[in-house]
Amino acid sequence: MDAVQDSVLNRAIGVFIMVDTQTVPAPARAPGGSLGQPWKDPKAVPFIKLEGVSKSYGDILAVNRVDLSIHKGELFALLGASGCGKSTLLRILAGLEVPTEGRVFIDGVDMAGMPPYRRPTNMMFQSYALFPHMTVEQNIAFGLKQEQAPRARIVERVAAVLDLVQMGAFARRKPHQLSGGQRQRVALARSLVKEPKVLLLDEPLGALDKKLREQTQFELVNIQERVGVTFVVVTHDQEEAMTMSSRIGVMNAGRIEQVGTPAEIYEYPHSRYVADFIGTANLLEGIVQTHAADTVVVQCPDMPSAVAVSQVGAVPAGASVTVMIRPEKMTMGRDRPTGEVNAAPGRVRDIAYLGDISIYHVQLDSGKVMEVAQTNLRHTAEQRVTWEDVVWVGWHPANAVVLTQ
Amino acid sequence: MNGRPGNGRPANGWTGAVRWVVAGGLGRLLVVLPPYAWLTLFFLVPFVIVLKISFAEMVSAIPPYTPLVAWVEDVYLQLRLNMANYIFLLDDGLYLTAYLNSIKIAAIATALCLLLGYPMAYAIARAPEARRNGLLLLIMLPFWTSFLIRVYAWIGILKDEGLLNNFLIAIGVIDQPLAILHTDWAVYIGLVYSYLPFMVLPLYATLEKMDLTLLEAAADLGCRPLRAFLLVTLPLSMPGIVAGSMLVFIPSVGEFVIPDLLGGPDTLMIGKVLWVEFFTNRDWPLASAVAVAMLVLLVAPILVFQRHRQNAEEPE
Ligand SMILES: Nc1ncnc2c1ncn2[C@@H]1O[C@H](COP(=O)(O)OP(=O)(O)OP(=O)(O)O)[C@@H](O)[C@H]1O
Ligand SMILES: [Mg+2]
Repeated sequence: MDAVQDSVLNRAIGVFIMVDTQTVPAPARAPGGSLGQPWKDPKAVPFIKLEGVSKSYGDILAVNRVDLSIHKGELFALLGASGCGKSTLLRILAGLEVPTEGRVFIDGVDMAGMPPYRRPTNMMFQSYALFPHMTVEQNIAFGLKQEQAPRARIVERVAAVLDLVQMGAFARRKPHQLSGGQRQRVALARSLVKEPKVLLLDEPLGALDKKLREQTQFELVNIQERVGVTFVVVTHDQEEAMTMSSRIGVMNAGRIEQVGTPAEIYEYPHSRYVADFIGTANLLEGIVQTHAADTVVVQCPDMPSAVAVSQVGAVPAGASVTVMIRPEKMTMGRDRPTGEVNAAPGRVRDIAYLGDISIYHVQLDSGKVMEVAQTNLRHTAEQRVTWEDVVWVGWHPANAVVLTQ
Repeated sequence: MNGRPGNGRPANGWTGAVRWVVAGGLGRLLVVLPPYAWLTLFFLVPFVIVLKISFAEMVSAIPPYTPLVAWVEDVYLQLRLNMANYIFLLDDGLYLTAYLNSIKIAAIATALCLLLGYPMAYAIARAPEARRNGLLLLIMLPFWTSFLIRVYAWIGILKDEGLLNNFLIAIGVIDQPLAILHTDWAVYIGLVYSYLPFMVLPLYATLEKMDLTLLEAAADLGCRPLRAFLLVTLPLSMPGIVAGSMLVFIPSVGEFVIPDLLGGPDTLMIGKVLWVEFFTNRDWPLASAVAVAMLVLLVAPILVFQRHRQNAEEPE
């Protein structure tokens, strides 16, 4: 059942990707948005540039030789498992941590030796770090007071961001008189108020309910487009990363595994880790049999016959690889699919009905369980496939990816 | 063990008590009782006795004061409150001067302790964790020697041909010994030396538990380290400053040993006045009145201050 629960969490991503070109949820826009895709232009100068940045704490390598370019106006999401070094990377950008190795450039300036109070960055801390002896208002005004902003401007800006995070009614409260989500909103407001060139947000929306989170996502995207702030956002929430960001960096054990637009990361992961971490993936181990111009044939022990995958790029015969297929790209039926399709028979072990779609767990003869997502086109009553039915699952060669790492 | 619940046999009459014990009533009482009993026995009772004596008259007898309550003409129970001692306190300028002088000396000593103690507490709190306990131990080390002996030792250091003067003359800074002993300076040195640990420890406790990401947040919002200290660290260590200051100020006001041993004939402090009234003049009632007045003068402002602070904590 656990796997089914997981897919409940992940399915929205799959659905979003499928409807990518049609209707899109509230805060989203096409990846890249109004920005275009400067990362594709070799001549474009990145706004934030990390060159071989490492940070170690004694034996622990929290950040491991990270090279990264982020362009002006991007909303860059950092995604990765707990403890993989996301916060450390943000802290390096903010100047709160000195990298053990490597160099950091922001807006073309080498940040080495530049203290946090002189950097064009503001950070929202994962622990919020609100000043306990100041009211909400004073907390938010703190940054503006440091740059000796005129009183009228402070009042106006504080009111504006309080409004944005819907905390106007709590302006006179102290942090200890607020709920967790309210504190998070104050922390977000405090980092936004100065509208710095670079905003570093560490889990900015984790404690908010769904509605408030979507509104705030929308506001963040708005700020980004209006003011041209460059965002680096750490999040645990894949859906959030997918809908908000221009690009995503997936981190694993201190390294950046892959950088790409949400669709690239989802459709063409570079490694097993990324495929497994983002959304749900069916992974089949195998050995490359032949490699033609555009098709790789992989011998998978779990499949009754060799698997064909349309693939551009060379994979040597004999290499150990993993074939990845997303659940929503698979078909399922009582009859063997016809045509140039990879297929295998199996038995339905589990069904999770989610309203718009259903997730089926189909156990192949080898014992391998494949996850298949099917859109519920008809009413459930007419659904034909049920528990313990023998079905054929299949997918088109173009819908799978061969992973070599 | 008789009243164990649930042994099936209702212990008639006991049941209520048992239920109370089981419900935690006894436990709560046992926790609350000792502090109250302690305060009653060692603060309230002695204070009431002192208060009583302060309303009596001095006589040459044992005890050397008159009773407050007496039978008059065999039928009247008479309570005689003699206010003369308090009136005398107000009339004779000596006492008021001694009070004010004590408060002045204690206040200056407290300020000096704060100035010296804050950097010490700060340094210990920010030292590597492994070293902190050792440093704290060093702060507390003087307590291993008797307070009296340590104050005596200062005589040896401060006197005209003492360690300090000999040293300063030897290195040629001065050629006449500095007259430090038996001046207010010596009293300040003694007070600061003796009470510094009481300032450092509460300050350390508040500084040590402070969340250091707050300073990072301040820096991130454009605040230089010194300003961050003034705007974040200092206000957040206020409870430690208040606690430490009280722990130094209150005993300093009533201090007797230090002004007596290190101070001069014109070092006027209320503790010394009290001693003279009590032991030299054997005027117990007047000495008691001095003590009661000191308590009222010290406690009243503290209570007002505490109340004010509590109100300030409340949301506007
Ligand atoms: N000050 C420190 N001293 C020692 N190790 C540290 C320190 N800060 C972080 N680490 C270690 O570095 C690694 C990366 O930590 P980091 O806080 O960057 O993780 P993260 O990706 O933000 O995780 P999460 O999603 O749980 O917030 C972790 O293994 C952590 O234990
Ligand atoms: Mg983190």
